[in-house]
Amino acid sequence: MWVSRLELRDFRSYESCELDLSAGPVVLVGPNGRGKTNLVEGIIYSSALDSHRVHGDAPLVRTGADHAVIRTTVATGERSTTVEIQLNPGRANRIQVNGQAVGRTRDVVGIVRSCVFAPEHLRLVKGEPADRRRFLDSVMVQVAPRYLGVRSDFERALKQRNAALRSLVAAPTREAEAVLAAWDERYAPIAAELAWGRYNAVQQLSDVVVDAYRRISPQDDEVTISYESAVPAWHSREELASALSEALRERHRDEIRRGGTLIGPHRDDIGINLNGPPARTHASHGEAWSLALALQLASFDVLNRIGDDPPVLILDDVFAELDEVRRERLLDAVTGAEQILVTAAVAADVPAQLHARSLQVTRVDGVTHIE
Amino acid sequence: MYDGAMAELIEQLGRLPGIGPKSAQRIAFHILDADPDDVARLVDAVREAKARITFCSVCGRATETDPCRICGDPRRDQTIICVVEESRDVIAIERTREFRGVYHVLGGAISPIDGIGPNDLRIAELMRRLADNTVGEVIIATDPNLEGEATATYLSRMLADLGVTVSRLASGLPVGGDLEFADEVTLGRAFAGRRSVT
Ligand SMILES: Nc1ncnc2c1ncn2[C@@H]1O[C@H](COP(=O)(O)OP(=O)(O)OP(=O)(O)O)[C@@H](O)[C@H]1O
Ligand SMILES: [Mg+2]
Ligand SMILES: [Zn+2]
Repeated sequence: MWVSRLELRDFRSYESCELDLSAGPVVLVGPNGRGKTNLVEGIIYSSALDSHRVHGDAPLVRTGADHAVIRTTVATGERSTTVEIQLNPGRANRIQVNGQAVGRTRDVVGIVRSCVFAPEHLRLVKGEPADRRRFLDSVMVQVAPRYLGVRSDFERALKQRNAALRSLVAAPTREAEAVLAAWDERYAPIAAELAWGRYNAVQQLSDVVVDAYRRISPQDDEVTISYESAVPAWHSREELASALSEALRERHRDEIRRGGTLIGPHRDDIGINLNGPPARTHASHGEAWSLALALQLASFDVLNRIGDDPPVLILDDVFAELDEVRRERLLDAVTGAEQILVTAAVAADVPAQLHARSLQVTRVDGVTHIE
Repeated sequence: MYDGAMAELIEQLGRLPGIGPKSAQRIAFHILDADPDDVARLVDAVREAKARITFCSVCGRATETDPCRICGDPRRDQTIICVVEESRDVIAIERTREFRGVYHVLGGAISPIDGIGPNDLRIAELMRRLADNTVGEVIIATDPNLEGEATATYLSRMLADLGVTVSRLASGLPVGGDLEFADEVTLGRAFAGRRSVT
């Protein structure tokens, strides 16, 4: 799959941009802050209805504008499809596929498939659990779009349950207990559903991560990844839901004391182990970079498997962060992609063997232009 | 910007649900251009509605007579109560012609983030209606979204020991939506296929 055309209106630093792209490698070059990442962010948003760097749509709309439009045309084989998203912060977004309005977000996710390597992701191993969950979700949602809805339901149920907990703390009445109990019954199955989705995404990544790591770091290291959850032993979604309810009951006193929900996928993590101990605390700097790259390669492999053709590969600023050897290995490992969009501040950071067409990104009076 | 009467009109229109500043401006200009008789009719309609419409002392829905047309109708089965969130849900269910019982309007759903608890809803009134044991079934028809489902759970637990049958509309309703926007066929089917939850 490759993006043949991208149009942006009032998106980030773009006022109006119409860009025809080719298959193969394309490099966007320009000094810091010109709008390179903004451009690929438009494509990323079209694929998962979420940015890879911010939560919420407001920052995506150009300062002073009322709404933004992203129009992405992708080519798969002979067919081409256009996804148009009008971002209306605070109101529902309007989405069209080939000019037809679609009501459900799950009907649009999966049309533009993309896989991003970004500096944020390179910190995956040593970084915060929230970063790892975000990475995991980007895979999960593209593999099974309905999880987009599950996640937003979960976020709302969590907020409601936390508010119910706080009311109970403020005024411990029988009625407040009953309200919390009612929300527990809603919360547990949705929490289980999301945790199950993330667990399955980890399983899929786990199948390919060992091989991916070997391609980045050809040594006899043993990499394992697993889903880490405060809810003990479960083997099915149903078991998970009842184990979760059970855990909520057990932690009830702690939750009252802390005034927040302690059990659920918002507290879960991906455990990454290298030759035994957790990589987060034990891996060297170099090993952590290799592991993070391997995880991203694994996500490319997973997304490659689910469709008829490989996803668009986006390498946002990654070459500058990698040494010579890792740059080459990364390039060797992603030969399957039909299109690679690379952003770089300095053209010299991009390996010459990529033979990429390059586009210059400039900015005049705060508005980005591309030549 | 505008001042005086125009500013006041835009401000008042902008307070209505679903009307943002831009729409408020558009409507205000429309009113300025309109025939004075048309405007007088609109003003009268608003004033009349506000003066005449009250809430039924039995079911709580918006009505001109008390009790309302449904609560006062001897042909309606007073032993089955259908519990809904809003008056407009009653209209949606009436359109399906599936239901011959009476209604109870809660006035919303339990939503802790909005500070809405059981005391803010007409739940005590519902319990009073059930006190004399003449009601045999309560159908909970709150919205098929998170808050509606949580309210349904809360109610079914409260009603569990009262000896009435409590049922919930069958699934098939668009999840996450509002009852009033469900189409008649789907809503009718959800009624016919309701399942007991106690
Ligand atoms: N909503 C917005 N409205 C206007 N400008 C914005 C908006 N969001 C971001 N920008 C501007 O876009 C610029 C950042 O663009 P971007 O992240 O694409 O830079 P970049 O070219 O990738 O730079 P780097 O090489 O440092 O990664 C910043 O100057 C920021 O002020
Ligand atoms: Mg950048
Ligand atoms: Zn009535």
